Amino acid sequence: MKQLVILGAGTAGTMMANHLSHELKKADWKISIIDEREEHHYQPGYLFLPFDIYTPEDIIKSIDEFIPKQANLIKGKIDRVVPAENKVKMADGRELNYDILIVATGAKIAPEETEGMKGTEWHKSVFDFYTFEGSLALRNKLRNWEGGKLVVHITEMPIKCPVAPLEFAFLADSFFKHKHMRDKVEITYVTPLSGAFTKPKATEALEHLLEEKHIKIESDFAIEHVDNEKKEIVDYGGRSIPFDILVTVPTNKGDEVMERSGMGDDLNYVPTHKATLQSKEYANVFVLGDASNIPASKAGSVAHFEAEILTENILRYIKGEPLKEEFDGHANCFIETGNGKALLIDFNYTHEPVEGSFPFPGIGPLKLLKESRMNHMGKLAFRWIYWNVLLKGTHIPFVSATMSESGKKYN
Amino acid sequence: MEKVIAGKTIAVNEEGYLTDFKQWDKSIADELAAEAEISLSPRHWEVLSYLQTEYKNEVPLSIRKIGKSGVVDIKEFYQLFPKAPLKTATKIAGIPKPASCI
Repeated sequence: MKQLVILGAGTAGTMMANHLSHELKKADWKISIIDEREEHHYQPGYLFLPFDIYTPEDIIKSIDEFIPKQANLIKGKIDRVVPAENKVKMADGRELNYDILIVATGAKIAPEETEGMKGTEWHKSVFDFYTFEGSLALRNKLRNWEGGKLVVHITEMPIKCPVAPLEFAFLADSFFKHKHMRDKVEITYVTPLSGAFTKPKATEALEHLLEEKHIKIESDFAIEHVDNEKKEIVDYGGRSIPFDILVTVPTNKGDEVMERSGMGDDLNYVPTHKATLQSKEYANVFVLGDASNIPASKAGSVAHFEAEILTENILRYIKGEPLKEEFDGHANCFIETGNGKALLIDFNYTHEPVEGSFPFPGIGPLKLLKESRMNHMGKLAFRWIYWNVLLKGTHIPFVSATMSESGKKYN
Repeated sequence: MEKVIAGKTIAVNEEGYLTDFKQWDKSIADELAAEAEISLSPRHWEVLSYLQTEYKNEVPLSIRKIGKSGVVDIKEFYQLFPKAPLKTATKIAGIPKPASCI
């Protein structure tokens, strides 16, 4: 009996367990999936929690619920992987041997990377919304806040869901409007990039929206430290920006287990072939989701498209066939723009997000790179799709793993 | 697009970055630096040469990597190339603007 071990039961790992339990013969393969947590969080929900749009119950379920019966769920802390010996060592001393390893250990925030960020003001006036605790603390703060300077800030790229901080700024604008206190709040968007986003056409559309919503943008800001006393952020060039509430996206890093295993780069991301999702160092190790260093968005939609292609590649690897170089970096993201509207973007390694219709060329019903109510309904419906379709590894009808160029307006 | 830099016709993109590193030489660096109001000292040249080596070795560049390179710390990098050092320095070095990971 051969062993397939998956590290991490988040979005990516859970999808792989479901895909592979359909594809691999029970008599030949034992699938194990390891995670130390009890809960599976719908991470896109962290964006809505601070504004009382979602409740904690909407975004938390138990991990066990989504792991297929054929897979063996091991709850425990991983000490390290010893790839040279095809072995996973657990913190409690247990050892697992594997024939194939799938790394899906994700990424998380590392506020300690920036001086003063996790200082005396942490979760008092300095917040993150990339953890449940941060998002909840921010909700409690915003409920009674009387106004002032709200600074939405990105520390450095890459980050999970690179559009989330923009969405936060848009939703904040909408939130304070509804509370009839928008005039008491100054919103500033601070980014290390030279514009609102990494791709030119989307940047243009998004900067237009920032302007329309009176959100000031401060670009090319590389933070050096957070001054907890003066309540300001200061960059290496000496530029400082004052805040009453700082909502920051700290440096994102891969899991420390990859560092302990000597498998990560300087941010603990695992070097991975961007088209096959095979580890660059070990042929029987595959990586998907936020854990890899491929130049694609760190987002659930990316993990979903990767999972479809990786499943096929693992079957090919088992049969000794060459891997398919098929993953194209496909990402598909809703961007909440406030007031019950949203944008949708669809892009890959080589094609930036442009206008058009999705998923049916020329028809829609969703519009690319344009605000619409339908897109917002799509974003809200996505939570149901996530729990009921996506995690189970079911193919989403009409949405292919590789990006389609039809129905899009490229020049 | 083309641009005349230091008396030579050079291929550049719409943001002014060289599209063919083979066309780069020190006089071009001097002129691009002058456009950014920088006059190049030996320290600048050390950093530029480090960036070019990393580019040739296909190492993706980031502020974090440069800070840990041992060649220059981030504070000095900002003093040498104020405001947006990575963008300014790569332009002067004749290499592409680093694609920040999406």
